[in-house]
Amino acid sequence: MSRFRIVLFLILTLLAAPTRAQPANEALASLATTNFNALRQGIETLALSGHPRAMEIIVALQSGKLYFRADKTLFIKGDGDALTEAATGAPAPDVPASAVRQVRLNNAVRGAIDAALGSLRLFSANPSERLTAAEAVFRSRDPAALPALDRALAKEADSTVKTRMEQARAAALLFAPDTSEADRLEAVSVLRLRGDIEARSTLAALSGQPPAVAEAAAVTITAIDRVLQMWSILQSVYYGLSLGSVLLLAAAGLAITFGVMGVINMAHGEMVMIGAYTTFCVQGAIKAWIPGFYWANLLVAIPMAFLVAGMIGIAIERSLIRWLYGRPLETLLATWGLSLMIQQAVRSIFGANNRDVDTPGWMSGATQLGGITLTWNRMYIILFAIIVLAGLMAALRYTSLGLRMRAVTQNRRMAAAMGIRTPWIDALTFGLGSGVAGMAGVALSQIDNVSPNLGQGYIIDSFMVVVFGGVGNLWGTVVGALTLGIFNKFLEPVAGAVLGKIVVLVLLILFIQRRPRGMFPLKGRAVEA
Amino acid sequence: MLDRTTSITLVLVLGIAMVLAALNQMAPVGSPFHVPTYVIALAGKYLSFAMLALAVDLVWGFAGILSLGHAAFFALGGYAMGMYLMRQIGTRGVYGNPELPDFMVFLGWKELPWFWHGFEWFGFAMLMVVLVPGMLALVFGWLAFRSRVTGVYLSIITQALTYALLLAFFRNDMGFGGNNGLTDFKDILGFSVQADSTRSALMVISALLLAAQLLLARFVVTSRFGKVLIAVRDTEARTRFLGYRPESYKLVVWVLSAVMAGIGGALYVPQVGIINPSEFSPANSIEAVIWVAVGGRGTLSGAIIGAVLVNFGKTWFTGALPELWLYALGAMFILVTLFLPKGVMGLFSALKRKPKRESAEAKEALP
Repeated sequence: MSRFRIVLFLILTLLAAPTRAQPANEALASLATTNFNALRQGIETLALSGHPRAMEIIVALQSGKLYFRADKTLFIKGDGDALTEAATGAPAPDVPASAVRQVRLNNAVRGAIDAALGSLRLFSANPSERLTAAEAVFRSRDPAALPALDRALAKEADSTVKTRMEQARAAALLFAPDTSEADRLEAVSVLRLRGDIEARSTLAALSGQPPAVAEAAAVTITAIDRVLQMWSILQSVYYGLSLGSVLLLAAAGLAITFGVMGVINMAHGEMVMIGAYTTFCVQGAIKAWIPGFYWANLLVAIPMAFLVAGMIGIAIERSLIRWLYGRPLETLLATWGLSLMIQQAVRSIFGANNRDVDTPGWMSGATQLGGITLTWNRMYIILFAIIVLAGLMAALRYTSLGLRMRAVTQNRRMAAAMGIRTPWIDALTFGLGSGVAGMAGVALSQIDNVSPNLGQGYIIDSFMVVVFGGVGNLWGTVVGALTLGIFNKFLEPVAGAVLGKIVVLVLLILFIQRRPRGMFPLKGRAVEA
Repeated sequence: MLDRTTSITLVLVLGIAMVLAALNQMAPVGSPFHVPTYVIALAGKYLSFAMLALAVDLVWGFAGILSLGHAAFFALGGYAMGMYLMRQIGTRGVYGNPELPDFMVFLGWKELPWFWHGFEWFGFAMLMVVLVPGMLALVFGWLAFRSRVTGVYLSIITQALTYALLLAFFRNDMGFGGNNGLTDFKDILGFSVQADSTRSALMVISALLLAAQLLLARFVVTSRFGKVLIAVRDTEARTRFLGYRPESYKLVVWVLSAVMAGIGGALYVPQVGIINPSEFSPANSIEAVIWVAVGGRGTLSGAIIGAVLVNFGKTWFTGALPELWLYALGAMFILVTLFLPKGVMGLFSALKRKPKRESAEAKEALP
């Protein structure tokens, strides 16, 4: 820090002596030296000089690209060893490489460079660089930075950067020995407005303050803690929503096959897994044949996964499940056997290792909303879950197929008597449920490992969601998935991830004792059937 | 009370076990009659699994409760036995700590957790083998049956139960060795678990206990109690209206079944030499159900035959064609449920009945 102080002291002297002419060129000349002490001073002077190319020259010096000639002219060596004149940036093609010597550095000089760059960046033309510099001062809480900050503040036009500089100034003021009490109280209130974890730690590091200031700081810390806690609750809610939407996607198909048809499909997880592998194949195919459309690979994968998983679902229903209607326990065993075979088949075809599924650029990254971080892929999955659910509900409510499905569910024999081909409807319903599972696989391929065991990890959770929400009711599935997701994420910080999950399972087991048919049970005669 | 099938099964189980043990002990190594020790260990493993299958058949075949979490009781019995065996290691562990098992020393624990006390005594450990699965089944069953959770709902929450235990036992903090479980056993009651004679003895004891369990289960299902149980399985509501309390009947048989599974687990651990949390995985419980289905649901003897057959197949397949085993297992689930609802036993009785019916028809036709 002491070097930083020296720089700031020099800034002060510079401000005090505006009459000093041409300091920049003198400073430039002083860099052309082999004396490390002189070099350090030269860097500091240059940093304060306001030379338009000061930043560039110091950066070049830092990376060992600054050279000087015997007449103390400085050159910067660019790519391909082309020299440019440091002071003007004009190319200097006539200067032979043998005529120049590199400016050498030692650790003390490197320190001076860092400090100089730090203060230079407060005056940088790039607002984001000024922001970083102000933040660095805020963290260092160094009172010596005050004069530079004041000067930078006077010039600052960007309101974000200005706020950040004021906060840095407040932090520095609190740690300066000779600040008045009123200024200190003012500084505390500035920090209170900032209200994040950094502001809190700055306040917590205070000592030896006047009693009124210490009290204000303590009150502010409590207030900040309260706000931070609120943000952390909101962050947990967001994580919970995102987990809930993943559960919802995995369970939505199950809500149809189990909830609407009453078929326990233990191979449901494998339909999800097939959806994820379809994504993998679609990405490979697009990359090989039409790489220009690679950005849209997920948009192609979603309907493909729906079709592939849906077709397989129809095949399963026609070949296996239709022989087992009315025997739910046997269905459970047979579909479990099927799930083992599908897993092994995928393992034979694609290998047992995880497959890499790319995340498109528009889905990666995150954004900050207040005190919470929203990752884009999770956001898209929440959105996708909403769209899938809305589509599913609309399909059941408004299409002719949906009408037939509901009719068959409510009274199979009456529906048959009205001319509905119930076996056909059964197959399509099962295909729909499996197709939705396949689409869930596309979403899961973005956040989980694509391996033959992918489905196994979700099957128990999905059943829990459906059982918790109540059979035969998509809204029950929604409420079930979101409740379980949020509950899980709130337990996690308290109990740890694994213990939290165990607690959820035990609570679910207890919950089923109270409500054996879930939160939103089906009512009426159909229940006992 | 002893019908022909049960008698044949008893004779087969005891006979084969005795013969194998005798040939292992008496015949000298190198003679064509010598049974190698790994066969004895395998037979002991199959017999332990047969106890689990018997327990599943008792609740599934006679009370209509499809448990997808019975391996949890099996594993709990196994852990109780494993804890006894761990305490017997004493100073022969890697760290030589007389009090603490190796994994606790490794985790830096200073003293034995409270629930490990008492397991140095064989009697106490055996009591726990019965009590721990029994108590868990009692609490779980009482809650579930009282609120009339039935059918697939019950199956799913039994699966949740074993899944929760799986996650719990994977935790190092639980004090059961975490991921690695309990292993590296030395002695049981002063006999080395590696010795041929101990292995033969354990295998014969497994056979005897399996026979005793079969007799007990047979007694239960043929008693008056068993008749009510079957009534509950077939129409629970009607049985209730006749004045019985289905939940009490189910609870009794559920707890009995859990204890039987626990004993199976306790015999499994010294013969296999390890117990770890993967025994709790839901897949294991479902596999136990398929043993019963292959053998024939509701036949008791069939459960034993199914367990031995499927596990023999598994041993053979995983040795000869490892990548095909899961296909075979999966196909078994499907084919048995579709085409053999009564399992192998059903096949036997169909073969037996056919000539009889023909002769009966012939007799009727005669006069």
